[in-house]
Amino acid sequence: MIYIQIFIAFFIPGILGYGGGPASIPLVENEVVKRFGWMTVQEFSEVIAFANSLPGPIATKLAGYIGYEVGGVLGSLIGIFATVAPSLILMVLLGGLLLKYKDSPKVKRLTLFVQPVIAILLGVLTWSFLQESYEGVGIWQTIILLAVSYYLIERRKVHPAFVIAGALVYGGFLL
Amino acid sequence: MKTQWDLFIAFFRVGMLGFGGGPASIPLIQKEVVEKYKWMNEEEFGDILAIANTLPGPVATKLAGYIGYRVAGIPGMLNAILINIVPTIILLIILLTSLSSFKDFDWVRGMAAGVVPVVGMMMAVLTWQFIKKAGKGFGWTKAIIIGAVLFVVLQFLHIHPGIVIAVLLILALSMKDKEKDNREGDRA
Repeated sequence: MIYIQIFIAFFIPGILGYGGGPASIPLVENEVVKRFGWMTVQEFSEVIAFANSLPGPIATKLAGYIGYEVGGVLGSLIGIFATVAPSLILMVLLGGLLLKYKDSPKVKRLTLFVQPVIAILLGVLTWSFLQESYEGVGIWQTIILLAVSYYLIERRKVHPAFVIAGALVYGGFLL
Repeated sequence: MKTQWDLFIAFFRVGMLGFGGGPASIPLIQKEVVEKYKWMNEEEFGDILAIANTLPGPVATKLAGYIGYRVAGIPGMLNAILINIVPTIILLIILLTSLSSFKDFDWVRGMAAGVVPVVGMMMAVLTWQFIKKAGKGFGWTKAIIIGAVLFVVLQFLHIHPGIVIAVLLILALSMKDKEKDNREGDRA
């Protein structure tokens, strides 16, 4: 049943994505692209592009949009619920207890131990985006767009929304 | 009713102005919650943020939900979360469905192709941030060895990342604390 699948696809990233919403991007990709095959890598990268150009938390935007694509408004709500509810319920129930242990080395290790997994998954996802681009528009266009967008976003601190809008226009005319 | 309205406005602003994902909106939440509406003081907010960071999942919604709950119960929780996330989800749905309804045009395909490398670049930067965190936390030699092992486990043995993370979390909780860590824990 599709709604159960949507729930699983977003519950797993929601309960395991230590490091905030961005950490759950590769975990969502793993479920949505690799496991359930709801979209291709190219489509997923478009979703990320637009999600990054809009404000607000990224994980819930992914869940809300992909849930909607796959299962309509109800799918969207289930995706959001699965992303937000598990850790929020834990927080409300365990708030006081967690506060006591927030500086315990065990609790600090929880976050640290997950970082390398997220780093690897993100690295692999990055690689598949670049490969997709190489196959689609060739090596030179890929390198030019990479270099220009890196310079603008990371060096000149131009807002990603403008750079993505620029890439859309560039792509519309030249690719 | 006044409180619900205040929550609505506060988290609407946070949701619409927080570019760069949930973590980027933490200072905005602090500004609304501590400075503007004075629902809690600096220290309480710090505690709530610390608790949120010990749990998985998106940070912004945990803060919105928990603060909404503290201020105005379950309705406050739902109010704060929904107004925080729903407007931009609707925008995203409108943008992407209108893009895909023009998918057969060459120029739309070109547009879609143009953003892939940009997203690749942003993901590469994000990857680097997580690599740095791992490198600082474990020390670089250890981090590289752990990374290599995990790479094989995830990419070649195709173990589900959820299982890998679950195993690591259990490991993190069951490992004995080192002397140094204990002292740090006591001091804090």
